[in-house]
Amino acid sequence: MRARLVPLLRAVVIPAAVLLLWEGLSRAGRVSPQILPPPSQVLRRWVAYLLPTEPFDPASGESRLLWLVSGELPRDAFGSLQRVLVGFAIGAGLALPLGLLMGAKEWVHQLFDPLVQVLRPIPPIAYIPLSILWFGLGNPPAYFLISLGAFFPVLMNTIAGVRSVDAIYVRAARNLGAGEGVLFRRVILPAATPYILTGVRVGMGVAFIVVIVAEMIAVNSGLGYRILEAREFLWSDKIIAGMLTIGLAGLGIDLGMNALNRRLLRWHRGIEQGR
Amino acid sequence: MPDPIPSRAAAGAMGTTGGDRMPDAMISARGVRQVFRAGGREVVALDGIDLEIQEGEFVCLLGPSGCGKSTLLNAIAGFVPPSAGSLRAGGRPVTAPGPDRAMVFQEYALFPWMTVERNVAFGLELKGAPRAEIAREVDAWLHKLSLQDFRDRYPKDLSGGMRQRVAIARALAIDSPVLLMDEPFGALDALTRRNLQDELLRVWSELRKTVVFVTHGIEESIYLADRVVVMTYRPGTVKRIVPITLPRPRDPASAEFNELKKAVAGLVMEEQLRHQEAEAHGATAD
Repeated sequence: MRARLVPLLRAVVIPAAVLLLWEGLSRAGRVSPQILPPPSQVLRRWVAYLLPTEPFDPASGESRLLWLVSGELPRDAFGSLQRVLVGFAIGAGLALPLGLLMGAKEWVHQLFDPLVQVLRPIPPIAYIPLSILWFGLGNPPAYFLISLGAFFPVLMNTIAGVRSVDAIYVRAARNLGAGEGVLFRRVILPAATPYILTGVRVGMGVAFIVVIVAEMIAVNSGLGYRILEAREFLWSDKIIAGMLTIGLAGLGIDLGMNALNRRLLRWHRGIEQGR
Repeated sequence: MPDPIPSRAAAGAMGTTGGDRMPDAMISARGVRQVFRAGGREVVALDGIDLEIQEGEFVCLLGPSGCGKSTLLNAIAGFVPPSAGSLRAGGRPVTAPGPDRAMVFQEYALFPWMTVERNVAFGLELKGAPRAEIAREVDAWLHKLSLQDFRDRYPKDLSGGMRQRVAIARALAIDSPVLLMDEPFGALDALTRRNLQDELLRVWSELRKTVVFVTHGIEESIYLADRVVVMTYRPGTVKRIVPITLPRPRDPASAEFNELKKAVAGLVMEEQLRHQEAEAHGATAD
């Protein structure tokens, strides 16, 4: 009992102290609530942001579950998440096959590497003006920017992963009768997965940053848009509530990545440590 | 002291087993030469290798490190084609690696992302064997090498000895007539090594595969082989072929065993000395 309780207490003591200090400062009137609203007010705002805006109307034929997530926050969060997933799928879906080929075939690497090296250092954010010119406003420029952000980390790590495949595995597979196709699918791809998953993780992180920025500039919904909108009205409580939501969404993505890692890398030595 | 090693001519000509089976050797090397380029210099790893290995024979390639014994094995496996000379296996010229010459590597080379079971099944799957047959074969091999309780483990969770068992099962499962083994027990402790040696001999006497076994262990080679091929240090050539006619199971403590060991050790020591001299010479020359 004690052994479980003590670490738990240690884990909450600093956050609790910060919250108490913050609440105290705001309540004492030392700082304007417009600059820094007390956490209790942020929480109230967060709940209001989370709850449905309309009362439940059984006559509309809508399911209760759909109504429960009809609030502003759930819709924003779903919107942002959907943009991340679609953009990431496009970016990683292009980067993975190209990376496998560039890693395995020297001539493909020679063909594409110069272009990659020139484009890679450009931050995806720098593509925002061009993306709006090309795709207008809304989801398309966001997909473009997010896929760009995910593309390079996945590409570079896939190339490195294929190149790091121990030649002994290739020898063993050829010795057992593997042809080129089998070698790729069943030896090189799985052997490169630890690297590829690192790329996926980094790419996901970049995609999540890019989605917030893209929503602030090119989209009229989503978590990024919402906190910028709240600033227009000087709703600092809503800004902070939105930021906390972004943080929670990021944490959720990270936990998902961890689960994926554990699932795909059960066989890998380093999996117990590190993460 | 009587020389327990017959003359080279006599030794080279006789195959101790399988002599009355097939006129054609299972593996034959003629004038095999292997040249590597290292830092702008040419290194002759193998030169003028003539060797015939009969079907069902257990042959050890023995020599100090740098004698090219692994190079010869890799050439037979088809990983690195020889620079000159001819290499034939099963009557056909060696052009590429293939499942007719199953290899067991010193570093096991198990696929770490596959369980023990999947590793053993891999070669059978590549052959396109039916699912039921694969399951049956894998079962049989796991039992034969006492791996049945580890079938769902990943290689990282196995000891070195266990890993090498899996590698042997994987190589044997594809039913290749030739088994190539590159210092397979080199990284194991003495007890595990003896265990696996006995197990290998058991499987070999049951299946009569042709085994080419690379080692630098003198005792190991005499314990296992029908013939021990002692190689020279760089360039690697066949120094002497020593037939081992002791009945199996062999007792490393017996007088005959030790006499052979002393004689073979003498041959290896000569090459070891050449090796050291070459290195000392190389150090002053550079």
